[in-house]
Amino acid sequence: MLKFPIYLDNSATTPMDPRVLDAMVPYYLDHFGNAASRNHPFGWEAEDAVDKAREQIAKLINCTEKEIIFTSGATEGDNLAIKGIYDMYARKGNHIITVTTEHKAVLDTCKHLEKLGAQITYLGVDSEGNIDLNELENAITDKTILVAIMYANNEVGTIHPIKKIAEITHKKGALLFTDATQAAGKISIDVERDGIDLMAFTAHKMYGPKGVGALYVRRKNPRVKVTAQMDGGGHERGMRSGTLNVPGIVGFGKACEIAMNEMDADAERLSKLRDKLDTALLSLEESYLNGNKNSRLPQLTNISFKYVEGEGLMMAFNQNIAVSSGSACTSASLEPSYVLKALGLGDDLAHSSLRFSLGRFSTEEQVDYTIEQVTKAVHKLREMSPLWEMFKEGIDLSTIEWAAH
Amino acid sequence: MAYSKKVLDHYEHPQNVGTLDNKKKEVGTGLVGAPECGDVMRLQIEVDPETQMIIDAKFKTFGCGSAIASSSLATEWLKGKSIDEALTIDNMDIVEELALPPVKIHCSVLAEDAIKAAIQDYRKKNNMPELVLEEKIVH
Repeated sequence: MLKFPIYLDNSATTPMDPRVLDAMVPYYLDHFGNAASRNHPFGWEAEDAVDKAREQIAKLINCTEKEIIFTSGATEGDNLAIKGIYDMYARKGNHIITVTTEHKAVLDTCKHLEKLGAQITYLGVDSEGNIDLNELENAITDKTILVAIMYANNEVGTIHPIKKIAEITHKKGALLFTDATQAAGKISIDVERDGIDLMAFTAHKMYGPKGVGALYVRRKNPRVKVTAQMDGGGHERGMRSGTLNVPGIVGFGKACEIAMNEMDADAERLSKLRDKLDTALLSLEESYLNGNKNSRLPQLTNISFKYVEGEGLMMAFNQNIAVSSGSACTSASLEPSYVLKALGLGDDLAHSSLRFSLGRFSTEEQVDYTIEQVTKAVHKLREMSPLWEMFKEGIDLSTIEWAAH
Repeated sequence: MAYSKKVLDHYEHPQNVGTLDNKKKEVGTGLVGAPECGDVMRLQIEVDPETQMIIDAKFKTFGCGSAIASSSLATEWLKGKSIDEALTIDNMDIVEELALPPVKIHCSVLAEDAIKAAIQDYRKKNNMPELVLEEKIVH
């Protein structure tokens, strides 16, 4: 039996795995101590729990426990990494390279630093969301201190070749920071294999609790340090002050442990379901895949249904199915997704896009129902669309002089 | 953001979706908006040349639920009005009727623009003097 509403917006956040919650509960009630209380059992228990979580998290990405700095989530991790490196390595240079399709937590942090005197290079992407590695190499100067490129994109799922990016970055003496919010726990990440120096990720995108994340900061080859962005008790090796969110951290650890064990099976199952969804929806006339079909996250697909508007389309089924759209009809600027625009999509196609993101608890039945409902809605809205009618009559829409408004 | 019941009603059961024969002299067509902006509305009226009454109205809209609801409502209101009466339909009447939130006011403006454009088109086709319309700068 299908239960409604169906959740296919796992890139926004995931539900918690019940096993994660079970692990967390005791740390709210019985073992509520402050992990920094060094002289009584309450503190020791909390510290032990945090240590265990650190191990679980470190194992998932193949680093050591000491390289994990707990944060409130990936936005904080992005800020701490970029601002922290900018401050710490100011004597070496002031140039940072990033990509136009990064999350706002990276882009706006870079814009903030620009005002303080940083030089930022924003690399463009091709129509599938890939960067040009030669362009990256040519952009690195002797003033470049950091290259900030996400592991996988949150809107279209394109996975960047982080290992190659790291090689280029290191060859030129800069550090590599990657925002792995969407990738961690979904696909294999190994900071040694990949050559990552700093990496932000968060629990709530991998079936853990909201409000807790981590920044991986490399300690060897090279030893990397970031300047703290918040003053206080000097927790987390002086890089991030603040009492640790022990239950959250315990949950994060458990989520990483589960991911470690189940990630491959999840990815295999979900990519099959995603491919089924893809195949069915892309068989509709004038529907287009956004992103890199051959190098993308297994659980996600982003499709534009030309001649229908995304929000209007969603409305046909959003009482029953939760997805997200690149249309920004509700935003004051009426600007559609900047990520899709960076891929070179016209505004019309960007307005027409839907992102479906599956998760551990998605079922084939849900996917089948979604295919049926979305197909029905696309047909219904096209019957209502003047653009569809014009297209069917063979009118070239680009020849029409639209009254801009 | 949740939609109002009236927007949902119009969205689920849109009134007067369709196309009138634009070759007919009695039919006026208004096409407003732009695909880049995420909404395009086409509103058509058929006018009785004797009485100048709107005897039929149809729409097709590319846009969000509120844009679809605004155009559906506009066609309902147009039928049975004279082309002069139809000019008095104000976008704020649509906002009120559909309980549109502030971010969706542009949908109602688009509907008002579409009504006026359709009437203008009808007048032009029938050699009536062009209307001078004041611009609503809301976008």
